[in-house]
Amino acid sequence: MSNTLQETQDISEIVNRGLKKRYRSEFMFRFYGVVSILFAVVFLLVFFSSIISKGYSAFTQGELNMKIYLNEEVIDPDQLRDEEEIRYANFDKLVLDSLKTYFPEVSSRKERKELKSLVSSGTSLRLQSMVLNDYSLIGQEINIWVRLDSDIDMYLKGNIDVSLDESQRRISDNQVRWVQELQEQNLISQNFNSTLFTAGDSREPELAGVLGALVGSFFMLIITFIVAFPLGVAAAIYLEEFAPKNRFIDFVEVNINNLAAVPSIIYGLLGLAVFINFFGMPRSAPLVGGLVLALMTFPVIIIASRAALQSVPPSITDAALGVGASKIQTVFDHVFPLALPGMLTGSIIGMARALGESAPLLMIGMVAFVVDVPSSPLDSSAALPVQVYLWADAPERGFVERTSAAILVLLFFLLLMNSTAIWLRNKFETKW
Amino acid sequence: MSISLFLISIIFLGFLSFFWGKRKALLLKNTESLHSLPRYYGYYSLAWFAAPSLLIIFLWLLFSESFVTNQVISSLPESIRALSPNEITLRMNDVKNLAAGNLIAGESFIGLEQAAANYNRITKLVQDVAIYSSLVLSLALFIFSYRSISGTLRARNKVEKIISNLLLASATVAIFATAGILLSVLFEAIRFFQIISFDDFLFGLTWSPQMAIREDQVGSSGLFGAIPLFAGTALISLISLTVAVPVGLMTAIYLSEYAPSKVRSYTKPMLEILSGIPTVVYGFFAAITLAPFIRDFGVTIGLDIASESALGVGLVMGIMIIPLVSSLSDDVISAVPQAMRDGSYGLGATKSETIKKVIIPAALPGIVGGILLAASRAIGETMIVVMAAGLSARLSFNPIDAVTTVTVQIVTLLVGDQEFDSPKTLAAFALGLTLFVVTLALNFYALKIVRKYREQYE
Repeated sequence: MSNTLQETQDISEIVNRGLKKRYRSEFMFRFYGVVSILFAVVFLLVFFSSIISKGYSAFTQGELNMKIYLNEEVIDPDQLRDEEEIRYANFDKLVLDSLKTYFPEVSSRKERKELKSLVSSGTSLRLQSMVLNDYSLIGQEINIWVRLDSDIDMYLKGNIDVSLDESQRRISDNQVRWVQELQEQNLISQNFNSTLFTAGDSREPELAGVLGALVGSFFMLIITFIVAFPLGVAAAIYLEEFAPKNRFIDFVEVNINNLAAVPSIIYGLLGLAVFINFFGMPRSAPLVGGLVLALMTFPVIIIASRAALQSVPPSITDAALGVGASKIQTVFDHVFPLALPGMLTGSIIGMARALGESAPLLMIGMVAFVVDVPSSPLDSSAALPVQVYLWADAPERGFVERTSAAILVLLFFLLLMNSTAIWLRNKFETKW
Repeated sequence: MSISLFLISIIFLGFLSFFWGKRKALLLKNTESLHSLPRYYGYYSLAWFAAPSLLIIFLWLLFSESFVTNQVISSLPESIRALSPNEITLRMNDVKNLAAGNLIAGESFIGLEQAAANYNRITKLVQDVAIYSSLVLSLALFIFSYRSISGTLRARNKVEKIISNLLLASATVAIFATAGILLSVLFEAIRFFQIISFDDFLFGLTWSPQMAIREDQVGSSGLFGAIPLFAGTALISLISLTVAVPVGLMTAIYLSEYAPSKVRSYTKPMLEILSGIPTVVYGFFAAITLAPFIRDFGVTIGLDIASESALGVGLVMGIMIIPLVSSLSDDVISAVPQAMRDGSYGLGATKSETIKKVIIPAALPGIVGGILLAASRAIGETMIVVMAAGLSARLSFNPIDAVTTVTVQIVTLLVGDQEFDSPKTLAAFALGLTLFVVTLALNFYALKIVRKYREQYE
């Protein structure tokens, strides 16, 4: 008896001796878990603050309040009001003349060039279209806000270090002096950059916008939805409600699971080889992009729809079958309507993933430089994530902030789609 | 007849056919008993009406363009048809542009305008044939089905048969998609291997796909040894898994075993945000923010880190994969039966001891499956590496060097000019085939392991 007591004491002594170490390792293990989560949280914070701090400044654009005299001598010396004549008039000269009124001392060719590049090279085009729209403006002096050149804008936003030697930076000493003088006269201000949302791509950062990419992405998502949603839902209904248990169905299931995990770039190769080379569809078109994304989203929708169908309780099916409905009637009149919110939720989340996808679009030529906003799914177009990729590659400093701004726009739409999905789920999902 | 008018009339007539079928059934109902509900007679006539139109529109969409192009090419002058396929494609682009009413820049060839007119004429002809034949066929079949409606017609069974066949067809699209991927990649890859030998591709140590413009230029052949690409892919994937597996696994363990439900409810959506960020955004972050930071850090500790180092890319890719590893591990860990935990606690084990000695060994197959899936994701990831990894293929396992990957090369080879008879373009498909086979094998194996593991505890 005393022997066993002795043994128990020995054991508890051993246990107690190890206890401190075991508690410490318990604490460390927990600590590692917290550290892992903190790692992810910190990354997210750094990530978003980096994107936002780089991108918020792109939503404003430095503009110069200019008085421009639309000199009839320059625009339409013969007073014919002929559209072709006016179209080819020297609007650049008007801009330069107007700038010269502020700085009359400018004379040399080099200085004139520097002076002219204070404002965006799109200014003369803008004057041209204003005049073409309204001939009565000719001969008048107008007062408009004109976008500054991107380099000047970058200087105003503090992205150009003026303490460097003149040859090391993109704006000259003269330009810095002029801009400071204009600022003192309160002629320069940062205004909302509406171009970002109303223009297509451009080589000049101050003229570039995301609208073309946005519309391209929109067309693609529409096509993706039209193709992938009915197909995916039909496939899910078949596999969940009708499929017999045999090797063929197993094969289909294996295929679906693998399709869901195939790298997206492979879908791009498929699009290039099949849709473009074999069927001769147009390159860079949202139609092809939409079809490729539809193939990618198809397995995602199947998986989500099957989960939604599974969540409908069997009692519904049993009741419908019991009152004499056929199998198809049961599924389409009773199970499907109940599963539809879940299917839509899963599909929207799948579509959000498709919206952010760019690798397959590179393969089918959606990286082309497209200025025009597409008007149909057959036009050449960019897509939002591809626009991010294109701008990230552009050398101009002004595109860095625009890339971040495009990312913010992209993230906004992703957020919108995902919250719609969550809202749908909360509103329509029945808890059984 | 324009296409939009045709589509509108098809939809309108479709509705009409449904209502007429239904109306006839309703009228019949007064005199005899119907086999099916009246709406099924409507669906029945709609099905007969829609089938030929849909079929013809489908075929027309798929083949019209290539058919017209071939017809126009065969009517081009002899001198142009003798050119290489690429040259002909260029000429045809001019023809299509002119046919669409765009201006053609620069010189072209004699007979261009005639070819464009020809193009428009044949396009119109094909379109007219498609439109009228589908209208006539649809109407004929509708009349046939309308006449066959009677009380004894088993309309519901027929309609249901059609529906279930449509459902089956939708499910088999998955097979066609896989087959399409395999065939399209395989076909071009075979053409590549006819030019470059299989061994040179798979075991060659130098990758320099630049093809010379002139025959006598230095290095005119181009070298397609893919080992540096495989090594680069492996290096970057390895770095990313080194980040993602411990962090993802610990996150999953902490969330499923330790965290109070409040922490869980905040942390899980956050991980979902991490997985919802588009890869192009991760790539931008890696290239613009992280890479300069790592390089500067290297300078302060006296290391010469490339600005496109595998380290930076791998790190960001690892963070991208964390949610995948964590959610898969979470699934398998919560599938471990509670009885096993209770047994371990009953023996006096602490929580961490239970996790390390009982839960992880029990969940190991599932976790390994998850890691394999994560690896396949890392290997196939494109945008991060395209934006932040190097372009030049060098054989190096040093994480601070710039390496390139299979996906980067596919993108560089295919973005821009493509010539489908040069090994440079075809090489992208050979790389694609390799990528597809490797990821397919990984996915297949991983899913098998995970499924087997699940069955073990069910």
